[in-house]
Amino acid sequence: MTAYTLAINGAARTVDVDPAMPLLWVLRDELDLKGTKFGCGVAQCGACTVHLSGVPTRACITPIESVGARAITTIEGIEQTAVGKQVQTAWLSIDVAQCGYCQAGQIMAATALLSAKPKPTDADIDSAMDGNMCRCATYPRIRAAIKEAAGLPTGDARQIGGE
Amino acid sequence: MASKPDHASREVSASRRGFLKASAAAGGGLLLSFSMPGLLDASAQTGGGALNVFVTIAADGAVTIVSKNPEQGQGVQTMLPMLIAEELDVDWKDVRVEQAMADAARYGRQATGGSNCTPTHYEPMRRVGAAARLMLVRAAAAQWGVPEASLRTASGRVHHDGSKRSIGYGELAARAAGIAPPDPASVSLKNPKDFTIIGKPTKNVDAPRIVTGKPLYGIDVSVPGMLHAVYQKCPVFGGKAVSFNADVVKAQPGVVDAFIVKGNGNPEELLDGVAIVANSWWRAEKAREKLVVKWDEGAGAAHSSAGYAAGAAAFSGKTPEQSIRSDGDVDAALGKAAKVVEATYHYPFIAHGTLEPQVCVVNITGDKAELWTPSRMPGEARAYVARALNIAEADVKLHIVRAGGAFGRRRQSDFVAEAIAVAKVVKKPVKLLWSRADDFQHDFYRPAGWHHFKAGIDSDGKLIAFKDHFVTFGEGGRFAPSADIAAGEFPASHVPNFALGASLIPLAAPTGPLRAPRSNALGFAFQSFIDELAHAAGKDQLQFRLDLLKTARTGAPGNFDANRMHAVLAKVGETSGWGRKLPAGSAMGVAFYFSHQGYFAEVAQVAMSERTFKVEKIWIVGDVGRQIVNPLHATAMCEGSALDGIGSALGQKITLENGRVKERTFADHPFIRMSQAPKVQVDFLMSDNNPTGLGEPALPPAIPALCNAIFAATGKRIRSLPIDLAALGA
Repeated sequence: MTAYTLAINGAARTVDVDPAMPLLWVLRDELDLKGTKFGCGVAQCGACTVHLSGVPTRACITPIESVGARAITTIEGIEQTAVGKQVQTAWLSIDVAQCGYCQAGQIMAATALLSAKPKPTDADIDSAMDGNMCRCATYPRIRAAIKEAAGLPTGDARQIGGE
Repeated sequence: MASKPDHASREVSASRRGFLKASAAAGGGLLLSFSMPGLLDASAQTGGGALNVFVTIAADGAVTIVSKNPEQGQGVQTMLPMLIAEELDVDWKDVRVEQAMADAARYGRQATGGSNCTPTHYEPMRRVGAAARLMLVRAAAAQWGVPEASLRTASGRVHHDGSKRSIGYGELAARAAGIAPPDPASVSLKNPKDFTIIGKPTKNVDAPRIVTGKPLYGIDVSVPGMLHAVYQKCPVFGGKAVSFNADVVKAQPGVVDAFIVKGNGNPEELLDGVAIVANSWWRAEKAREKLVVKWDEGAGAAHSSAGYAAGAAAFSGKTPEQSIRSDGDVDAALGKAAKVVEATYHYPFIAHGTLEPQVCVVNITGDKAELWTPSRMPGEARAYVARALNIAEADVKLHIVRAGGAFGRRRQSDFVAEAIAVAKVVKKPVKLLWSRADDFQHDFYRPAGWHHFKAGIDSDGKLIAFKDHFVTFGEGGRFAPSADIAAGEFPASHVPNFALGASLIPLAAPTGPLRAPRSNALGFAFQSFIDELAHAAGKDQLQFRLDLLKTARTGAPGNFDANRMHAVLAKVGETSGWGRKLPAGSAMGVAFYFSHQGYFAEVAQVAMSERTFKVEKIWIVGDVGRQIVNPLHATAMCEGSALDGIGSALGQKITLENGRVKERTFADHPFIRMSQAPKVQVDFLMSDNNPTGLGEPALPPAIPALCNAIFAATGKRIRSLPIDLAALGA
């Protein structure tokens, strides 16, 4: 067991855990931040996406000892960023969620995308969001909500043959 | 918008009398029971501003409506209260929704599944709201000394136009709660043209909590002093635990206990396993890496997907073990046919893959138990717990929590049973959570199947004979769960000579419903083979189907209305621009399917590129009756269902080897991703039929529409799922 002081959503939190314990379980079971979700444990679904110094990261395979001084942002703190707040607002406006379980991870991934590319193309959305599985397949609405947050027209503008 | 004075311009349906009963409850409150044939009667204590078990109005006018059924993402938690709020005549913005506990005595049956919430609640929930509204009207009539019929309601207020008085529901609630309850069967309902909530796009009531990461799900529940458990079952179905390296496992960091649990042999309840209990789930899961179990694998170890395929092939050309339907003389008609088409179709086992793995939190104290579980049939889970602990059902407090998806899973009590078994031993609150591998390896799979089809077409290109020898799983003439087929399977009744028979292979793995059970597989097989017949007949794919639906009916018609299907099929031809010019390499496919009382026709457009293809767009037209309750979620269900179906066709299969499931991860059994998801256009055709549900029926046609489009583009016929173009030499 080792003590770590973490910068989470702008606050310092101290935990005393096994250095190999993934950030996901530190957040959920040690710090009672339940918004970050467990879906697969092997970085295949994206439900556990958090930001480390703004970079979208799979918390389920991130040992706590590797976090260091990087700022951790979770779904509980994403509204503190302007882009995060816009994304959450768009998610509500489009009414994206079905079961909702993956949506924290989707919002974290979308916020990272829009922070890097404020006016993403459909291809940008495909590549930035492909690691975040939505079992309910709310993809049309995720796409629309990202565009709404970006201030772009929300229609699915992808060209298809003959239409 | 104001509704008309009471009893004027309101439709009363006597057809469903008896769905609701009201009577005076002990203590003078109102007892309004939600009672359907064969279900428990209600008994409930109400008080204060509680008008019935579903509706409470506070003195300040705040309206609380209870949503009775589990929410898994279909939107029932929003829809059921919408139905009540409409007839209560309040503004939706003033409604707060509260999730019910599991309590069949208060709420009736609380199950979500089978696209059943809409058809079974559309009228009863409206009657709940209308009955509460009538009590408020009667309270106002008594307060003002005016006739009930002179009053009208709107936006949570009662109005007396004659004296220009009005009063808020909040001010009437206490008096209304003391009023004799009306007979819900006799209360009048709004004319649909006066609806202000039903039919209006209404957002998910939980969405603000979802986007901010609030703890909503079973996996998020914490109880003071709670321990965490994993439960390792035998990888071979039906295997028994003999012994394990307890010393090693118990020595792992954080482990509190580890022990063998003996099951009852019922996979829907408790199978043998080794429980590892620790002070965090991660430590329990880490300790499992050191676990070595000696299993008695039993006879299941001899089962494999390859063995099943060989078994199915052996039935080819044989007479089916059982006949399900036989109209006319199919063999004689085949002998006279101008063209005979023969093909075998296959689909694999697939898994549900709910993103939130199976989970249950349980706290047993003395002869009482409290649980938090995403069960979609909480009544069954509660009954199981009472039986397992030998306590009264009333002493089992079961919280229905939002489920991270279900797709047909979570009807079984397996994860509840495991949590109970562990908590009994450790005598502390326990959260039992499955890993992703547990979830893939111990699912209730969509059963695999094979169809040996043979059909005949006459010289005019008309279908005159259709035969299917369906090979699936079961024993002793009984189909495995969700492996059966109905005698009305289309084109039954639309071809004069029709024979449907089945043969069964014994199966070691458990099966069960998966979103649009049966239909999700049968739609692929039948609508793909019908596509082959259209090609053989030299007809347009859409026109051949329209003609088939217009064929004079023969034999038992079942509950399939060919005219409704004809209408959605014709409509999807229009919305998709069927027949329009497409660029080289692009093509469309069409399919329709009737399931869960919904009529759906879909067109898929694909674009081929070197060695692969892209699904570009899906057009969906559905008919689910005269009213869409919540257009926002209705469309979402259709989008999600069609994309889910396409995802399954693109890559999913569960493989048995030596009695074990090979797939363990989302990489092994992928679900659709953003970049694979085509554009989706959804349109509804309204018909004068009772409203039905949307959790499932848009899924089945998506798969054959896609496969038929691939054929149109490439000439390669997909007769086996998942789609493997490489195997076709594409």
